[in-house]
Amino acid sequence: MKSLAELAAIRDKMKDKVVLREGMTGTRVVVGMATCGISAGARPVLNTFVEEVSKENLTDSVTVTQTGCIGICQYEPVVEVFEPGKEKVTYVKMTPDKVKRVVAEHLKNGRVVSEYTIGNAQ
Amino acid sequence: MKELSLNILDIAENSVKAGATRITITLEETEQTLTITIGDNGCGMPPEFLQQVTDPFCTTRTTRKVGLGIPLLALAARQTGGDLIVSSVTEQQNPAEHGTVTTAWFNKTHIDFTPLGDVTETLCTLIQCNPAIDFEYRHQLPGGSVTLATAELRQVLGDVPLNTYEVLQWIREDLAEQYNSL
Repeated sequence: MKSLAELAAIRDKMKDKVVLREGMTGTRVVVGMATCGISAGARPVLNTFVEEVSKENLTDSVTVTQTGCIGICQYEPVVEVFEPGKEKVTYVKMTPDKVKRVVAEHLKNGRVVSEYTIGNAQ
Repeated sequence: MKELSLNILDIAENSVKAGATRITITLEETEQTLTITIGDNGCGMPPEFLQQVTDPFCTTRTTRKVGLGIPLLALAARQTGGDLIVSSVTEQQNPAEHGTVTTAWFNKTHIDFTPLGDVTETLCTLIQCNPAIDFEYRHQLPGGSVTLATAELRQVLGDVPLNTYEVLQWIREDLAEQYNSL
């Protein structure tokens, strides 16, 4: 088992950031995590979002979380991006590779990856 | 589902939806068998719902009239000669001790046994999305066991949430080290 001392060191390093995060009104990335989403591959999609958001140093402005079934199971894995003051963007049939592009282009540089959105799938 | 670990994630999501504050995931393996138990202290299910819980046309979801979570896990178990049982106590039946326990057992040597897959990724997904829930994980293998209790980690972390990226990486490495040392 890894040492708890290592965990305590992480705590000391992150303490100041937590204060920042509590008042945050940033972007929310929501992944559908019902049976339909999970069986279509939502777990690696969510975990890739978490990893890429951290790699791109966006953890202070972006939270990654889950929701239940949105009702469009045939398009799972479905990801919704909520940015304050903007219209919701719905990405469909997501994969870890598509996630990397969405993080780099949309979350980091503000350019929606239209070809992955539901409007393009229908 | 390609891996049983995805079924575990799916069933644990039911516990999240039931308002659980504590979810236990226990895997017990022998050379021949695997038993998966997912328990929670959520709101529980009334007896009439519990009776038909393996029926795909029984669901709490409101977006459509099918619920496949438990039926899929039951199918995966039964196709190996195993089975699944769900027991539940509602908050109304017992305000002090309520919740649901789902147990599925498998014959690992059966040709139709679905591989367990990556349970660590399932745990990290659950913790990422539900940092306030206490997850207790134990995987008992013939050569020893792997454990994780997020309540213990929370005591060390104080105000730092469990879904901080560095903490999740620590959990991944901790579980990998425990599995490697078996």
